Amino acid sequence: MTTQIQQQPERVRPEPIKAVPVRHPGRWVTAVVVVVLSAMFVHLLLTNKHFEWSFIFSDSGQGQPGVMFLRPVLDGLVGTIELTITSMLIGVALGVVIAIMRLSPNRILAGAAWVYTWVFRAIPRLVLAILFGNLGILWARIGFGLPFGKQIGALFGMHDFSGQIFSIKASELLTGFVAGMLALGLSEAAYMAEIVRAGIQSIDVGQSEAASALGLSRGQVLRRIVLPQAMRVIVPPTGNETIAMVKDTSLVAYVPVGRELFFQLSAVGTRTFQVLPVLVGACLWYLILCSVLMIGQYFVERHFGRGYGTGGRARRRLRDLSVESSGRIVLTDGNGKEPAL
Amino acid sequence: MTGAVDSDIRDDTGTARPEMVRAENVHKSFGHLDVLKGIDLVVGTGEVSVVIGPSGSGKSTFLRCVNHLEKINSGRIFVDGDLIGYRQHGDKLHELREKEVAAQRRSIGMVFQRFNLFPHMTALANVMEAPCRVKRQSKAQARERAVALLERVGLSDKVSNYPGQLSGGQQQRVAIARALAMEPKLMLFDEPTSALDPELVGEVLDVMKDLARDGMTMIVVTHEIGFAREVGDSLIFMDGGVVVESGAPREVLADPKHDRTKAFLAKVL
Ligand SMILES: Nc1ncnc2c1ncn2[C@@H]1O[C@H](COP(=O)(O)OP(=O)(O)OP(=O)(O)O)[C@@H](O)[C@H]1O
Ligand SMILES: [Mg+2]
Repeated sequence: MTTQIQQQPERVRPEPIKAVPVRHPGRWVTAVVVVVLSAMFVHLLLTNKHFEWSFIFSDSGQGQPGVMFLRPVLDGLVGTIELTITSMLIGVALGVVIAIMRLSPNRILAGAAWVYTWVFRAIPRLVLAILFGNLGILWARIGFGLPFGKQIGALFGMHDFSGQIFSIKASELLTGFVAGMLALGLSEAAYMAEIVRAGIQSIDVGQSEAASALGLSRGQVLRRIVLPQAMRVIVPPTGNETIAMVKDTSLVAYVPVGRELFFQLSAVGTRTFQVLPVLVGACLWYLILCSVLMIGQYFVERHFGRGYGTGGRARRRLRDLSVESSGRIVLTDGNGKEPAL
Repeated sequence: MTGAVDSDIRDDTGTARPEMVRAENVHKSFGHLDVLKGIDLVVGTGEVSVVIGPSGSGKSTFLRCVNHLEKINSGRIFVDGDLIGYRQHGDKLHELREKEVAAQRRSIGMVFQRFNLFPHMTALANVMEAPCRVKRQSKAQARERAVALLERVGLSDKVSNYPGQLSGGQQQRVAIARALAMEPKLMLFDEPTSALDPELVGEVLDVMKDLARDGMTMIVVTHEIGFAREVGDSLIFMDGGVVVESGAPREVLADPKHDRTKAFLAKVL
């Protein structure tokens, strides 16, 4: 016997489900604990007069503005920003070159890249900074020319032959800022090289095969196809590196370079014996710099996330942070509205 | 018809057709593994050669040798009379420069099993990339042509979609349009439908049949026997790095001469 299922012309839609949601008492307890701890922390900050908030923000004595906004401190801030930008530019540009060398079929290029990475990752940045500050002791002049030029000249009896194409005084080239920039940038290049290499290697070989099958040259394949895709892998750790670099610029005080945020702030601290407020001021400046970089990173990630599910990963990173046109950073819920507090 | 090197290529009326691809005794090994052990093959202009064979028999490797994605160890491959990958001076071979290899590849389109579209570019940008960068066409010119090609493969409504937003069949059709944008003389297809859901295979095969009808010379590695029977001018059965049997598809399919061909066809038919 066969049963016929009667298809109703219009099926009645069942009632929407109204279920009692699962309760999460643990989350509530945790939230309360966090709120209480935060309140205690704020209390600590506001009531302990050793923080000297007015000294930090508004009045550092003798009619001067707060310590965060003193002329030399602001000058140091600009120096820190300049150092971060220039050393990261050197790091990224050189890093890409070294990564490409490392992946080259030419053994000598690959080997040289390996040695570079090995050396500059091994030496602490602090040591590099001091070393670059003192290179003038090693060589009075820095030049570009034949290796062993003088020795070769002597071999042929030409004692005035040096093989130098050009040279300048070391103390002129390696002024504090340049020495610090080179120490940080060259060291950064070693780390960036590894990041870029990992990024390039994460791209399916099918991509470069498809591109070269279309007749693109090796350079075009790299520039147009491989690197833009690798950027998705490269950008997040590069953001990390940049933020780390902001903080590492404080090492150039040992070159010595004076035009740098932390050096200037600690100088004020030593002079006025207000050590703690000065440290808090430094923390605040570094926090601000870091926040700006995180926002920048969000937009860069979104750009290189094209074609990959609308960059959801980057968006989640800064999920609840948005910037008003006035530059104010506001907390929003997922729909871009300010949550009712 | 396609076949051994020495046989004439004649079309239906019996007049000789110029040959597009000629492979002579092609050998290729990876380390100690001999993958191609002497492939001889001729494909006439406007012909569709379908290559079948068990996994690992060297079908993909042979296609990749034809546009020099792999360097062959011995033998010769000519496409439209040009020796692929080398220049001959007397009896000495010189490797071509990267630029010259790229120039040879321009006239050979290739379609891959896994599409290999550029995921960071829209369908339109995928098709425009090579004409803009390699042929130095103007943006407007390349765009016009790319739109026409996407229309031809039935995707005029998907021009601004990224590959990740397209179905497998649609991606493969974009890949075909991308290869056609360089106006190749020869198209190589490496199992273009085997990564697709069964209901999407037809739309890609239709595009390929359309191309065949328009007189494109094609070498197609596929397991779609129906396609071979319908549009193939010749069927080549490869096994163990050699061409075991070749001939008109209907003849080979209906009456295979070699035991290995028989065994393979028994499995796939
Ligand atoms: N780059 C490579 N390095 C080493 N071995 C390889 C390489 N490419 C292919 N091979 C080997 O060559 C043989 C033939 O491979 P090929 O991909 O040409 O087979 P195929 O006939 O296309 O098989 P399938 O139908 O599975 O695609 C296989 O044994 C494979 O492992
Ligand atoms: Mg294959």
